[in-house]
Amino acid sequence: MGVASSFLAMNVIEVANLSKRYKDHVAVDDVSFTVGPGEIFGILGPNGAGKTTTVECVAGLRERDGGTVRVAGIDPADDKAALHRVLGVQLQSAALPEKIRVWEALDLYASFYDDPADWRELMERVGLADKRDAFFSALSGGQRQRLSVALALVGRPRVAVLDELTTGLDPQARRDTWELVEQIRDSGVTIVLVTHFMEEAERLCDRIALIDAGRLVATDTPDGLVARIGGGQRMRFRPSADFDVTLLTALPEVGDVLRDGGHVVVTGTGDLVPAVTLALAAHGVVPAELRVDQATLDDAFVALTGRKLR
Amino acid sequence: MNKILLVETKLFLRDPLAGALALLLPVGLLLGIGQIPDLRKPDPAFGGERFVDAQLPATMILLALLTSAFTILPNALATYREHGVLRRMSTTPVHPARLLAAQLVLNLVVAALGALLIVVAAALVFGSRLPGNLAGFVLVFLLGAAALLALGLIIASVANAKAAPAIGSVSMFPLLFLAGMWIPREVMPDALRTVSDYSVVGPFIAALRATWAGDWPELSHLAVLAAGLAVFCALAVRLFRWQ
Repeated sequence: MGVASSFLAMNVIEVANLSKRYKDHVAVDDVSFTVGPGEIFGILGPNGAGKTTTVECVAGLRERDGGTVRVAGIDPADDKAALHRVLGVQLQSAALPEKIRVWEALDLYASFYDDPADWRELMERVGLADKRDAFFSALSGGQRQRLSVALALVGRPRVAVLDELTTGLDPQARRDTWELVEQIRDSGVTIVLVTHFMEEAERLCDRIALIDAGRLVATDTPDGLVARIGGGQRMRFRPSADFDVTLLTALPEVGDVLRDGGHVVVTGTGDLVPAVTLALAAHGVVPAELRVDQATLDDAFVALTGRKLR
Repeated sequence: MNKILLVETKLFLRDPLAGALALLLPVGLLLGIGQIPDLRKPDPAFGGERFVDAQLPATMILLALLTSAFTILPNALATYREHGVLRRMSTTPVHPARLLAAQLVLNLVVAALGALLIVVAAALVFGSRLPGNLAGFVLVFLLGAAALLALGLIIASVANAKAAPAIGSVSMFPLLFLAGMWIPREVMPDALRTVSDYSVVGPFIAALRATWAGDWPELSHLAVLAAGLAVFCALAVRLFRWQ
């Protein structure tokens, strides 16, 4: 392996034993993770879990109390200006003056970097070309978020931190924003995505750090997290005839069988569907109105933390 | 070219109400106070000059300046801090000095316009003399205005939107007092006069009046203004908080 390729394989972000206390509570407690180049890395957890504090420590916007953080080899506590040349941030609680025009904001933020991106091209890419002369105050929530993303990218960062990017957006704007995030990654930028939306994390992230009450619960791919809870599946159907429940509970794939009115709900793992259908067919029972659900990240979160996400 | 200055200038022109107030209020006061007949008679306390000749316009210039330095400038930055505008900027490599310099220069230009308005209004309405030593007057004005705005920058660097107006007005009145707004410097007790001599506003007003009369300002006065400017700028940059 050559020098160049081993350099490429290096982690862009390394966080080890990060901790941050506020006056009355511990916001982040012994959190460790690494982010590789070109990844979309999700930080997922309920509101108040410490997600934003974690990325703020990584982005040099908060002083950490303990642990180490390196972004492209830079310690945020040492040199914030150097850090901000390689890391762009889109923040939940950041704004622009009401009467600044879209192009002025981009032009201004480009002037903060030695070798900025072409902001006109960036404006096209985030779909704000027709809003070029609009005041910030006249932009919709989705447009503000896209401008915010463009500002985070105008310094040609290696890493972009995007915090609660789609909160408050309508479903169409959310989907457009997801596409934008994928395009950004395809252009070679490593992305840290903070979110409390399961669907968003499942759709976009290569790997996810699950955070709850300031602690790291698990770090894995979305599928990996679901697999940790047994990769569960759920079947729901209306049997064509009555049958003995032990017929199904005897199967190794089946975990639980519940009757729900005229319906039967079977949960389990592995080749659950063929096993159940075959066992029923052997006794002349047809599962009508059959629906099969995969266990989701949501289920994984509940199983791993013992609580609901929202 | 500092793009922050360019953008801030545009934003200032798009919302001219605050700026207009800072420019017009001192002119209004000048014209109002100047209507008092006693102030338009030669007064031995001012070397036989009338109060409206130099004392009143110089005081109004100071008032306009202090309004900019202690109200408009800190409020603008504190509001930016409150709304997260500074937080957004803190994610970039930009140095706070660039932001503070832009605010200083923009407010200096506005203050210069305000001073020009006052000088012209006093000349037109009361027949006050134009500054006799114009070059000296401009030098003193720019140096003193920059020093006072830099003092305002310190408030702007640390205060939140709730505290900024309070800190601003609390700082403003002692300075107006030391400048001789209520007791002219000539009749101040010695101890108070000494405090005034080092208060930036004291030397500023003395040097403004000296150049108005056609003289050169005292070097010690210029030195206090320059030292104030350097120290206040350094403190403002050092104490600056993004959030």
